[in-house]
Amino acid sequence: MATRVPVPVNETVHAPVNDTVYDTVTAPVVATVRGLTRRFGDRTVLDGLDLTIRRGEFVALLGRSGSGKSTLLRALAGLDEEVEGGLKVDGSVAVAFQEPRLVPWKRVRDNLTLGLNGPDPAGRAEAALAEVGLTDRARAWPLTLSGGEAQRASLARALVREPGLLLLDEPFSALDALTRITVHRLVLDLWAAHGPAVLLVTHDVDEALLLADRVLVLDGGRLAHEWTVAAPRPRHRDHPDLLTLRAALLSALGVTPEGPA
Amino acid sequence: MSVVELQGELRSAVRADPRPRPRSASARGPWRGWHRWVSPLVVVLLWQLASVLGLLPARLLAAPSQIAVTALDLVGSGTLPTAIAVSLERVLLGFAAGAVAGVGLALVAGLSRTGENAVDPIMQMLRALPFFGLIPLFILWFGIGETPKVLLVALAVSFPLYLNTFAGIRGVDGKLAEVARTLRLGRTALVRHIVLPGALPQTLVGLRQSLGVAWLALIVAEQVNADAGLGYMINDAREFLRTDVIVVGLLVYSALGLLTDALVRLLERRALVWRREFLSR
Repeated sequence: MATRVPVPVNETVHAPVNDTVYDTVTAPVVATVRGLTRRFGDRTVLDGLDLTIRRGEFVALLGRSGSGKSTLLRALAGLDEEVEGGLKVDGSVAVAFQEPRLVPWKRVRDNLTLGLNGPDPAGRAEAALAEVGLTDRARAWPLTLSGGEAQRASLARALVREPGLLLLDEPFSALDALTRITVHRLVLDLWAAHGPAVLLVTHDVDEALLLADRVLVLDGGRLAHEWTVAAPRPRHRDHPDLLTLRAALLSALGVTPEGPA
Repeated sequence: MSVVELQGELRSAVRADPRPRPRSASARGPWRGWHRWVSPLVVVLLWQLASVLGLLPARLLAAPSQIAVTALDLVGSGTLPTAIAVSLERVLLGFAAGAVAGVGLALVAGLSRTGENAVDPIMQMLRALPFFGLIPLFILWFGIGETPKVLLVALAVSFPLYLNTFAGIRGVDGKLAEVARTLRLGRTALVRHIVLPGALPQTLVGLRQSLGVAWLALIVAEQVNADAGLGYMINDAREFLRTDVIVVGLLVYSALGLLTDALVRLLERRALVWRREFLSR
């Protein structure tokens, strides 16, 4: 029942909501993007893109390679000064990158407290590390962590700042399949506990469907498609709603369906 | 030697961390420790033999036994300790001045475009000067006292430190600089937590190079106009054909060079501990 045909965003800004955890129609807006354009030389990667992200919603952004997913994320992170158009983010933004990008000469805990303001940074860092299950690695050097540990530390570093908007730039793509499942669960737990709005950039359709309230497809420099995923969490990838959505998403991404599953 | 053994040899040659490891017993193990000393010992013995048989006259090169006796004499009379103290002081003063100048200029050039435009062209031009060729000018400008010697060392030290620190600062991973921006670090915090620690490995490479040239510069400076120190001791010995004293002086130079190199390596192990644990895994 949650399945919807692809709707151009320009016509319907928000899809009707069924039983999602967060009310994505009336919740306060965290990030507003209007007419965002980014050119690299004579190539226009983002072309008048509009996007609204509301408090606490989990948004997944899909798109073919080179479609500008990461460009949009970098603009929202404030890392790109050459974008044109309107961009407004209320509250703080934190980023977890594809490579964990821990500062190698700072121990794990000191990576979390780096630039952390407010009372008792050390105590808050310890608490965040406990949440991601890294208490015993607090004094470790980042280069000695496994891929999954480093990505969890990177998530803890983002979340300890209690961001209103958490940007995840394909943070699971370098993890092995088993670790990825664990980290998916962890991200959902952390999201439920802290309630930031999340924008997850990914190229993995299943990952988007398992995690997000709303799935967007970026194509031609704009958000070309939008679906609401209403299936209750924890989701299983064989859920009939997800299977239907998966087929629609793959076709939106230009992948021909591989016949009856 | 079997292929497996050869691979083992190669691995131990390449290993970053030369801690002893359990190895397959028998032929290797204890023997490996001293078999590297065999060829140097044979050379010294041949040298001694040539001296005793009169094939190698003492005015060209003294016998190893004579050199050992002379070394003990020089230590006992206080000549050698005094000479070492004088030379060490020159190197330390020159090194300190050169390090402050080299690292300071690298910070100015590395941390701002204006600084780079102001400092780097001059440094690149000066770098092309053969600095031993400056000795005549230094004598004209500073006389023949301590100043030209210390300044020559300082000049020699400043370039490797400048070039390496500058390259280190500019080589800091841009992705970490982005992280710093998303963590809302200010400029001072960015320099302190990301840029300077990131430049440190390259700066330490510069430190080792600069200590090497520091001793070289000292030796050259002390040959030219010395009234005290190791260079003076060596030059004085030449007047009297005392090749034993000359060799003692050379050995002391190399021992001091090795000592300062070991100090830098100790510093590296402490400063780059975050990297070492990774390498030794």
